[in-house]
Amino acid sequence: MATNGYVAHAPGYVDNEGPKIVSERFGYADSFTLARFEATGGYEGLRAALARRPADVHDEVRSATVLGRGGAGFPAGVKWGFLPPGKFPYYLVVNGDESEPGTYKDRLLMERDPHQLIEGCLITCYALGLTQCFLYVRGEMALAQERIATALNEAYDAGYVGRNILDTDFSVDIVLTWGAGAYIVGEETALIESLEGNRGMPRLKPPYFPAAIGLYGQPTIVNNVETLANLGWLLVNGAEQYKSYGSEASPGTRLFAVSGHVRRPGVYEVEHGVTTFRELIYGDNFCQGIREGHELKMFIPGGGSAPWFFEEHLDLPLEAGPVGAAGSMLGSGAIVVMDDTTDAVKATLRVVRFFARESCGKCTPCREGTTWEERILQRILDGEGRHSDIDMLLDIGDNISPGPYPVAANPHEGLEAVPFPPKQTTICPLGPSSVAPIVSTIRRFRHEYEAKITRRDSIPVRAQGVFVTECSSD
Amino acid sequence: MSFFTSANLDIAREIVSRYPVPRSALIPLLHLAQEQHGWVTDDAMREIADLCGITPAEVKGTGSFYEMFKFGPVGSYLINVCTNISCMLLGGEELLDHAQQRLGVKTGGTTDDGMFTLEDVECVAACTEAPCLQVNYRYRLRVTNNDFDEMIDDIRAGRVDDLPQHGTLARIRQRIPTDKLAGVVHPDDAREAPVWLARNAAEDSVVG
Repeated sequence: MATNGYVAHAPGYVDNEGPKIVSERFGYADSFTLARFEATGGYEGLRAALARRPADVHDEVRSATVLGRGGAGFPAGVKWGFLPPGKFPYYLVVNGDESEPGTYKDRLLMERDPHQLIEGCLITCYALGLTQCFLYVRGEMALAQERIATALNEAYDAGYVGRNILDTDFSVDIVLTWGAGAYIVGEETALIESLEGNRGMPRLKPPYFPAAIGLYGQPTIVNNVETLANLGWLLVNGAEQYKSYGSEASPGTRLFAVSGHVRRPGVYEVEHGVTTFRELIYGDNFCQGIREGHELKMFIPGGGSAPWFFEEHLDLPLEAGPVGAAGSMLGSGAIVVMDDTTDAVKATLRVVRFFARESCGKCTPCREGTTWEERILQRILDGEGRHSDIDMLLDIGDNISPGPYPVAANPHEGLEAVPFPPKQTTICPLGPSSVAPIVSTIRRFRHEYEAKITRRDSIPVRAQGVFVTECSSD
Repeated sequence: MSFFTSANLDIAREIVSRYPVPRSALIPLLHLAQEQHGWVTDDAMREIADLCGITPAEVKGTGSFYEMFKFGPVGSYLINVCTNISCMLLGGEELLDHAQQRLGVKTGGTTDDGMFTLEDVECVAACTEAPCLQVNYRYRLRVTNNDFDEMIDDIRAGRVDDLPQHGTLARIRQRIPTDKLAGVVHPDDAREAPVWLARNAAEDSVVG
C-alpha cells in the first residue's frame, strides 16, 4: 500500500513482552477491519455490556479505576458519575485531537484498531444513557479519519451501531467529525466549542467538568481515545483481571511513546505504575538506551506540558503520584529523551514557541506571556540576551502561574522539588505549561543561559532623554 | 450561482442533518469547500453560512481560528515539516532549511509554478519516526534531505500515485443508512430518559 514513500500504516509500535490490552491486535496487517476484529474477540465486550444493567457496567468501570489517558489522569468511572441525574439528553464526545508534543498513541489506536474505539464508545453510551456520540479526530490525521469512517460504515451495516443495536432497545449514532489544526481544541471545553462551530477557546470554569454543562448546554462526557479503547477488554475480562496488571493506584496497562535520542524509539504498551523510566529508556525490551556514544542529559516525562526530569529520576515508576511529587506529571504518555548534545536553551525555546503559537488568545497572561517568553528566549539564543532576561523569564512565568512552579529537585544545589500541579491565572493549563521548560532548565542549566548572555543589562538610550533608563556599565 | 457542485451540496446537506444544531457542521463544511476548490473562497463561506443558518462573518470568524483552512490560493501540494521537540532533536529544523532552499521559498511561501506550499507544522504524532513531514496530510517519516529531493522530483514528474490534491482529507465518507439511523437528538426535544435506561430503571423498581 505504501507507494513512493508515503506511509499507509502507522509504524512506531514495538511489540515488547508483557500483557497487552489495547495493542493486542496491532500485529495483524488487517487489524483495522471488522473481519479481524470479530475474529479476535471484537464486540464481545459490547455483548457483555448489553447483557448487564447499565449501572452495573458503570460500576465495573468505576471499580477498575480506569484512569483517563488524555493527560489529567482523572478516573473515567468517577468522571461519569458527575452526570446530573435526569437532565437528558446526554452526549458523548471522543477526544481524538492528539497534539501534545511527543504524544503518539491515539493516532495508532485510531488507525490500527478503530473498531476497538467504537466498541468503547458504545459501552460508554449504554452505561450512561448517552444518546449521540461525536468522535472528534484531529484534522491532520487523514488516514485515521478514513479508517474510522470505514469502520463505522462496517459497524452500521453489521448492526453494531445505530438503531436497535444487536436487536436490543439500545440505540445510538456515532458521528465522525474532525478538527482543522488547533492544539487547544484538545482541552475538553474548547473541543465542545469547536463542535458547536465556534473558535476553539476554552470555557470559563466552573463548572469544571462538561458533565455538568457541555455540548449545547447539556451534560456531556468527554473521554480520550485510549481511555475508551480499554473498555471492550474490560467488559470481557472484568475489573479484577484489569487490576491484576499495573499498580494499585494505576491499574491496567498504558501506551507510552518514547522519542528523541534513544536507540529504539517506539510506542510501547507497559504495565501502568510498575515499569520505571529506567526500564523503558534503557531496557533491552524497550528503547535500549541512549544513542551510541552519548549520555542522558534530561527527559520530558509526560509531553510538552510537563516539567523536565534528569538522571536521578530514572527509577521513578510510571505512575502519577510519585511523578507528581517529584515535580512533574505523566501527562499524555509522551517521553522525550535528550542526550548531552542538546542545547537546553534551544530545546526550551522550541517547546515555548509551540505554546506561543497555539495560545488561543483568550486570557491575557497566556496570550502576551507566551509570546514574550518566546522572544526573550530567541534573543538569548541569538546572542542578544541581557543579564536581566533570566529573571524576566521567571517573572513572566509567575504572572501566568503564580507561586512556586512545579519543578524537579536540584540535588547539586540542594534545591527541593516543587510538586505538581501549578497554579494558574488563566482559564486552561496551556499558558502555565509554557513555564515548565523554562523553570526546569533555568534551575538546572542556568550556566548555559548565562554563557549565551554577553550583552549589558539594558540597551543604552541615545535619544531625546524622555525614556532614558539606567545604563549598566558591564 | 452556487459554490458547491450538486453532488457536494447533497453531501453538505447530509452533514448538516447529522448534528442537532446546524452550526456544528461549520468545520466539516469548510473542509468540504476546501476539498472542492483547494482553498476557501468568499462564495463558499456565503453558501456555508446559509447551510448553517449563520452569517458569512461568523463563518470566517470561526474558520480563521484554524490553521488548516486557507483563505487564498495555496500550492497543489502542501508540505508540512514538523520542527517540534522530538523532530527538532533529530534534525527537523535542518530539514526545513533544506526544504526552503530546495523549493526556493520561505516557510509559508508557494513556489512560482503553484505546485508546492511549504509550512512548518506543530507535532503531528509521529514522534518516534522523526524527523517527519506531511504532504497533503499524508506522512513521510525519518526524512533525509535526499528523501526530500526525491519526493519533490517524484511529484513534479507526476509520480504521485494516491496522493490527493490539497484539501482532500479522508477519501472515504461516513454514511449512515436511513433505516439504521438512531436519530439526531436535539437538546430541546429529548428530555426523557433513553428507552434502555428507562426500562432498566422500571425493572429495578419492580424488583426493589
